[in-house]
Amino acid sequence: MSELFPVSVSVNGVAHGASVPARRLLSDFLRHDLRLTGTHVGCEHGVCGACTVLLDGAPVRSCLMFAVQAAGHEITTVEGCGTIEAMGPVQQALTESHGLQCGFCTPGFITTITAYLRENPEPTAEEAREAISGNLCRCTGYQNIVKSVLRAAEIIRGTDAEADDRQEAPA
Amino acid sequence: MTTRQFGAPVQRREDPRLVTGNGRYLDDLGHTAYEAAFVRSPHAHARIVDIDVTEALDTPGLVGIWTHEDLEGPVGEHLPVLIPHPALIAPRTGRALAKDEVNHVGEAIVFVVAEDRYAAEDAAAKIRVDYEFLPAVVGVEKSRTATELVHDDVPGNVSAHLLQEVGDLDAAMAGAPHRLSLDLSIERSASIPMEGKGVYAKWDSDAEHLTLWSSTQTSTGVRAAVATRLGLPLAKVDCITPDVGGGFGSKIMHPWPEEVLVPWAAMILGHDVKWTEDRREHFISSTHERGQLQQVEVGFDDEGRVLALDVKFWHDNGAYTPYGIIVPIITATQLLGPYKPGTYRVEFWSLYTNTVLVTPYRGAGRPQGVFAMERTMDAIADYLGIDRAEVRSRNFILPEEMPYDHGLMFQDGRPLKYDSGDFPASLAKLKALVGWDDFAAYREEAEKHGRRVGLGIGCYVEGTGVGPYEGAHIVIETSGRVNVATGLTTQGQGHQTAFAQIVADELGVPLESVHVTTGDTRKMAYAVGTFASRAAVMSGNAVALAARNARAKALKIAADALEVSADDLEIEDGVISVKGAPDTRMDIGMTAVLSNPLRYAFDEAAKAATQFAGTFDPDKPPVADDEEPGLEGKDFYSPTQATFANGMHAAVVETDPVTAEIRILRYCVIHDCGTMINPMIVEGQVHGGVAQGVGGALYERMVYDESGQLLNASFMDFLMPYASEVPHVETDHLETPSPLNPLGIKGAGEAGTIPGSAVIASAIEDAEGFPITRMPISPVELWELRQRHERGEIPSLRRAHSTTTE
Repeated sequence: MSELFPVSVSVNGVAHGASVPARRLLSDFLRHDLRLTGTHVGCEHGVCGACTVLLDGAPVRSCLMFAVQAAGHEITTVEGCGTIEAMGPVQQALTESHGLQCGFCTPGFITTITAYLRENPEPTAEEAREAISGNLCRCTGYQNIVKSVLRAAEIIRGTDAEADDRQEAPA
Repeated sequence: MTTRQFGAPVQRREDPRLVTGNGRYLDDLGHTAYEAAFVRSPHAHARIVDIDVTEALDTPGLVGIWTHEDLEGPVGEHLPVLIPHPALIAPRTGRALAKDEVNHVGEAIVFVVAEDRYAAEDAAAKIRVDYEFLPAVVGVEKSRTATELVHDDVPGNVSAHLLQEVGDLDAAMAGAPHRLSLDLSIERSASIPMEGKGVYAKWDSDAEHLTLWSSTQTSTGVRAAVATRLGLPLAKVDCITPDVGGGFGSKIMHPWPEEVLVPWAAMILGHDVKWTEDRREHFISSTHERGQLQQVEVGFDDEGRVLALDVKFWHDNGAYTPYGIIVPIITATQLLGPYKPGTYRVEFWSLYTNTVLVTPYRGAGRPQGVFAMERTMDAIADYLGIDRAEVRSRNFILPEEMPYDHGLMFQDGRPLKYDSGDFPASLAKLKALVGWDDFAAYREEAEKHGRRVGLGIGCYVEGTGVGPYEGAHIVIETSGRVNVATGLTTQGQGHQTAFAQIVADELGVPLESVHVTTGDTRKMAYAVGTFASRAAVMSGNAVALAARNARAKALKIAADALEVSADDLEIEDGVISVKGAPDTRMDIGMTAVLSNPLRYAFDEAAKAATQFAGTFDPDKPPVADDEEPGLEGKDFYSPTQATFANGMHAAVVETDPVTAEIRILRYCVIHDCGTMINPMIVEGQVHGGVAQGVGGALYERMVYDESGQLLNASFMDFLMPYASEVPHVETDHLETPSPLNPLGIKGAGEAGTIPGSAVIASAIEDAEGFPITRMPISPVELWELRQRHERGEIPSLRRAHSTTTE
């Protein structure tokens, strides 16, 4: 078998150590070694965006990276964006806005939108459309994903406002 | 009063799972399974001279290599002709692994299993196959000339030839005051779901039972086909469809070679085996659709009424015909749309080519038929100088003419008989939505600024919900939990929500208590599959019927227990009570307890059903002769024919006067799919359909070269629309219920896609002033058409930029 290389990586805030072949794709490492199968692989050539994860907060195609390249970095997958019981704002917005159908491309949209809204908290509909135009979806025609971006921004602003309110509340 | 769920835009119950990474798609299963890879033909047409696996044998991690000669019995035989038809005179199918000859790039030749996919691909790369090249037949034109043959024993490359005629066409054509001819062409495209195909098989040698998971649109179909191929009793095989990342028709084809080989290997090896299709494999070894050449001759009167419609078309069926001739049959019949030509003759030839096989892709032959019909309507309007919408309305079948029998046989072998629809109302809504009558002014204003804009229209009728049947089995637990199983599969349509809405209403229980399972042969062994916009119609009605049976039983048990008449009871929010006397009541879960006479109490509630509880008639058995224990309901819905949905689309496009870039400014949809279970989901289906229609009109095509190489078999080169290419979609709905089924439902899945090429062609033609006859169309192609038009090679339209000339 091919030579194995040690990889230490933080995924969704949990430290993982593993030994992998040099050619092990980050997407395969996450999915099959760590069994975080929320990250999906739609093309394996970096075009569809389904495998998008956040590397130190920035969206990257995990099918275009080797696992060894992720050593020492912090990765966030869709599993790190919220849970069924406590969905994150983007997840919640997609659910409210019917922003998904088969759900296969959705994890890539969630990570992409999460990163985008951190930089651009108040996008217009046009900007929202532009923001998601590097990810392919075959089901929705994107209408409700655009809507979801706007809704997520709204939720985040609301959450922030609530947090501000709490901070401002007298002790 | 419980809120009625049917018709409400209920949020999808599957979503929390899918948005948090808790979906389970095929490749999310079987982490310890061996994995498969294939050596596939790099040539479109060749004889296999030799296969040398020697170099591959010492590949680390290799488990096994198989070629056709290793396959025993039915495993190596030709795959089945799924839908035989008398007109399919020369059906040909491939095998799980090619024997002696390959007929398209991508055909599987060698099957490799290894400890993981990396190792399997390592081994596959070292296998050498020697070929003797044969001439490749690519494209309808080449196939039609039949100078070379795909299959030696199929003369003319013709797999099927079918002629249908209604009325005396020749006489009507000869007598028509006006006649026009059109030569039309539609290129290949494909479903291209985000998740490719995949199979995972587990052989339990203790139980001698095979369980396979497939990313399929028909788990019952795969189960039966695999059991037959592997020589297993049906009872020893189950097929489960996990979450599926889209299908759009591609996954209704079955059994794929991989669906036969992966479980076969799992049995031989005594180890789980999995195969996950990669993107290139999906492009070259799954399925395509659409490619047709069409000739239309139409005779019409001074008012634009069609007296005679004579259509000939040549359909590219690719290398094999396992799915029969469903696609060209649909083109031939659904071409008629909302119209009633005086006479109709349609003749098609289905032709072999050395390319990927052709089976239904969302729309399934309708986009081509609608393209032919709608181009014809626009041509008539232009010839006579009549408004394009007006010509259409003069040819409409009217509501009072429903049901309307075209006198043709549809794709289900049953009459092409429309059940309902209000086409004038649909058109009126469309004209209002797009502002049809104001467009001339809009164009005038745009032209002042040097802009070129056009308005297009496309109308269609879609036969949905074809049989033969679907069923549902409902089991109500003592907790009140309602389990619903229906056998067809789900690829994103929200069945767990929509079917739950129906059951919640029928039973009178909270939506949250209803749990729907689809595509699992362990839960429902009788089913057909999800295709032809049929799931809501077929399983929707089946779950309703099954729920009514369960409800009747619950009421009967409650009536006995409460000593009232069942007619006096109602169920709301899971509580059965006497109408007007709500204190006389019983939870539906308690009727489930009482439905199952017990010897052993397993919990507090169950005590009520044990033998010393309550008062029973000692002369009657605990379970009456005509009863069964348990609170269950089962039923099947099997319609006499399809139900026909319809819709009309309009688009405004802008074409750049210099670069010929095409931009869709507005896209308007009127959609009538009968009563809607969940309008939010229906709207989503329409949006997605439109995106695929737009893709098919402007971007997507399969670019084969003369030697049969698919030049754009990747997402880099096959231009699937991103959000930046799909316009905002404006929709409005009509709800003309189907009289054919209890819920009044018509299918909605394919609708959005169907008129895409027709409506965009209509709009571009309107902008440019010369006919558009080939789709899809790129800016380069439009630019070339302009050059040809300027040289006088293409005639101008008669109308001079006015869509509403009378």
